[in-house]
Amino acid sequence: MATTPMRGSAARTGSVSEAVATRPGYVRRFTVTERIVHWTHAAAFFALLASGLVLYLPSLSIWISRRNLVKNIHIWTAVAWAVALVAIFVVGNRRALREAWREVETLDRDDRRWLVGARAPQGRFNAGQKLNVILTVAFALLFAVSGFFLWLGERNTAYRLDGAVTVHDTLMFASLALLVGHLYLAVIHPTTRHALRGITRGDVREDWARQHHSKWAPPKT
Amino acid sequence: MNDRLIGRAGFLGLLGVGAAGLFYGRNVQDYLGRVVPQQLQAIIPTSGWRIYTIGNSIPNIPPATYRLAVGGMVATPRSFTLADLHSLKRVEQISTFHCVTGWSVKNVHWAGVRIKDLLAEVQPRSGATAMRFTSAEPEYNDSLTLDQALLDDVMLAYEMDGGPLSRPHGAPLRLVIPEMYGYKNVKWVTQIELLPHPEAGFWEHHGYDADAWVGRSNGFSV
Repeated sequence: MATTPMRGSAARTGSVSEAVATRPGYVRRFTVTERIVHWTHAAAFFALLASGLVLYLPSLSIWISRRNLVKNIHIWTAVAWAVALVAIFVVGNRRALREAWREVETLDRDDRRWLVGARAPQGRFNAGQKLNVILTVAFALLFAVSGFFLWLGERNTAYRLDGAVTVHDTLMFASLALLVGHLYLAVIHPTTRHALRGITRGDVREDWARQHHSKWAPPKT
Repeated sequence: MNDRLIGRAGFLGLLGVGAAGLFYGRNVQDYLGRVVPQQLQAIIPTSGWRIYTIGNSIPNIPPATYRLAVGGMVATPRSFTLADLHSLKRVEQISTFHCVTGWSVKNVHWAGVRIKDLLAEVQPRSGATAMRFTSAEPEYNDSLTLDQALLDDVMLAYEMDGGPLSRPHGAPLRLVIPEMYGYKNVKWVTQIELLPHPEAGFWEHHGYDADAWVGRSNGFSV
């Protein structure tokens, strides 16, 4: 395939998402703040999924049976998740987070072509990754709001919302599907799994970046 | 169109759909329940019951040692074994169970005894207008007025869907009042008292309605 080597605009603007070299042959993809956000969310997601399934699936509810304890774990994990993310935003690299969100929200012509199967050059995030982030953030907010009303409605029926259970359950199924796809591409699929290095150690191979994220990767010298 | 607006619009659109779901999700779920075939619905693991308890364990009551104490404002307080309850007139019914949190189970087959047949054994005294059902689960109890308890399809069930009531569903005996949300359908009933007036139960102390009519209480309207 012949992708036109496009000049990375970020590479010359001094942006935080700029593909600067970290060592020979490697460029930085994620700042520390971005990586901490990712892993905080991931850890909370798995803890909430596990405790949530115990509350949700009858067979697990019966097997574990300590419903009150599991409920408290679920609720306090959610609180810790929210507090941690706010704290990271306050003390972390806000500029990097804002920059990442700006990139995620921007679906340019190449992204739209990529989404319908064309081989269009991609930026630091490809269009699929952008959709993944948009869905994940929206799901997280909706999980939090619907969960809050489930908690509140159990204390005062005046705040009980008809659809809170339905929304919370539907989000669980939707995020599980998203997670399966995400894990497949990040851990199993041979050509994409190098991305895992980017979210753990921060940098990725320059040639890999050039192949998958040509609009962001530094031009070949 | 600004490229950035596309992602932003998608994001806000998702939030909008989710927020609408908080208010109308139940209607969508009810609609899907009508149009999606039963076999397909069974894929969803909780298309049926969810098991809720307020504490940290599911009561485990050996049938042989089970006793139902009926007292309070009655002429002859009495303790019933499971065999005693089985010797009372057995009734069966098929009714729908509604939970206040938004799920329902249709066509549950119950067998047990009517309240009037139980009360005939203990003779309520005049002035008794309510009954309190106490669960083996600590702190859980709830009251019904006598009028509510004597509705046609209220029963104390010892069988469900063709077999003995199972432990998660309140074995060996639970209250069934299909007209009211699940929290009035006390599980693991071990004590019944006749009272001069209804008393607030566990969930009423959390703001839930004492008269938990399905579809017209707890903020629901028809």
